[in-house]
Amino acid sequence: MADEHALYQRILLEHSRRPRNFREMNDADLTAEGHNPLCGDKLRVYLKMDGEVISEAMFQGSGCAIFKAAASMMTAALEGKTRREACALSETFCNMIDSEPGDPVDIKRLGELVALAGVREYPVRRRCATLPWHTLRAAFETHGRTRSTA
Amino acid sequence: MAAGPKDENISRKAAPLSDEEVSRLRKDFPVLGLESAGSPLVYLDSATTSQKPQAVIEALAEFYRSQNANVHRGVHRLSQAATAAYEGARKRVAAFLGAGTPDEIVFTRGTTEAINLVAQTYGRRHVGPGDEIVVSAMEHHSNIVPWQLLCEENGAALRVVPINDDGELMFEAFEALLNERTRLVSITHVSNALGTVNPVKRVIERAHAAGVPVLLDGAQSAPHRAVNVAELDCDFFACSGHKMFGPTGIGVLYGKREHLETMPPYQAGGEMVLSVEFERSTYQAPPHRFEAGTPAIAGAIGLGAAVDYLSAVGMGRIAAYERGLLEYGTDLLLEADVRLIGTAKEKAGILSFHMDCAHPHDIAQILDDEGVCIRAGHHCAQPALARFGLSATARASIAFYNTKEDLDALGAGLEKVKRVFG
Repeated sequence: MADEHALYQRILLEHSRRPRNFREMNDADLTAEGHNPLCGDKLRVYLKMDGEVISEAMFQGSGCAIFKAAASMMTAALEGKTRREACALSETFCNMIDSEPGDPVDIKRLGELVALAGVREYPVRRRCATLPWHTLRAAFETHGRTRSTA
Repeated sequence: MAAGPKDENISRKAAPLSDEEVSRLRKDFPVLGLESAGSPLVYLDSATTSQKPQAVIEALAEFYRSQNANVHRGVHRLSQAATAAYEGARKRVAAFLGAGTPDEIVFTRGTTEAINLVAQTYGRRHVGPGDEIVVSAMEHHSNIVPWQLLCEENGAALRVVPINDDGELMFEAFEALLNERTRLVSITHVSNALGTVNPVKRVIERAHAAGVPVLLDGAQSAPHRAVNVAELDCDFFACSGHKMFGPTGIGVLYGKREHLETMPPYQAGGEMVLSVEFERSTYQAPPHRFEAGTPAIAGAIGLGAAVDYLSAVGMGRIAAYERGLLEYGTDLLLEADVRLIGTAKEKAGILSFHMDCAHPHDIAQILDDEGVCIRAGHHCAQPALARFGLSATARASIAFYNTKEDLDALGAGLEKVKRVFG
């Protein structure tokens, strides 16, 4: 592709084609299911905890490219983070997605997650990007509860 | 007012609209002249809602400009004019659908409300514990959930006619489901998710032979083919104004007089009553019994203008033209190597498809960049898609104002989808 698409950036497409940590975890310490009934995006997030630290994060599910890339990037970003750090990152990320196009983004904290900033131009797709992070919080809050973003 | 062809056989023989006629008709639709994302707008989402011709827009404006008053209330001339226009629209719709009398036409908010009306009135009266209602596996949610609610309330059961791999109704299975407990068959005329045209005449004949009335969900048929409810002999027929090139907020329930007359009111309030006392109220005759409160007056008048417009173009010619476009679009999608969902022999202009490389929402997003509007999702027919192992499809839907160039733009957009996601 010649030029970068505002929404489907190269790094995002790469994650959606070959999602990281995309498998079931049988011995997860924390897990939750998320579902967006509007578009059918669906996933389960699995976390392996070492005390307060996330030692492994995985997901299983199906949905659009935005959703899959967001979930893949999330699991990659979570490893080695404490529960508190993960929640803070989730908040920073969701704030970015909910901000206006052109608003400054916290590249230092978000790293490659800023590739999803293009979603701000497409309000109906915002939930595709935030569903994995909402599901992560559900996994922390109550083990195994389904999180719906509708 | 020009009368539309009333016979399916006549409509089959009608000559399709010519390309010149279509290009002239397109000018009647202001939205079709717009640009989107820097490209000419290509609207392939008419199954979701159709665009409106100037005649409809003007009818709405003219009503508010020069006739606006409430209906069936005033002695004053303005109210009489509004009432005449409103009831005139009922006559037009009755003629368009081939109803015996305008009294068989109830204005509703749309197909959804029309079906709910039947479920909550006819259904409540006639469906009891152990009884059964038959629907098909390709129904829109609005022809599933109202019956589920009724079944939960009355202890009845919903029976589902299966569909085959092409998305066609399995007729023998349908026949096998009919029994002495069946109280109603409620089935779509044309599937919004798959495009299947159901053999409704046979369905109705078979159901009637078993003494069972039939409701047809005509949301996707009334805008695209000649419908004659008297000839079909259906008991109820529901359709939506906004899919018929008319306004939103107006729809139609046709009901045979014999049914409407025995049905209790749906909603209660003004207009549906003859007299109100605290001991007891008496109700209007149909159709006004089912139109409580101030109706969508302008909407009904706009729908009247829409069916006049359609009749003048000719439903048979529209159907013949759309058949040609459907063939063109089907070939184009097969060449694009996508998986068509819904390959019935009898099909209307609905092209539902799946691509391995991209999710329907991503397909629709890329197409939107090119000014091409399609629908992505479950189309409010989750069970129909589940039958094909899917939770969503991309869907391009055709109306008579579409052209081969529109479908070419879809094809070019799909090539871009493959470049981005492939």
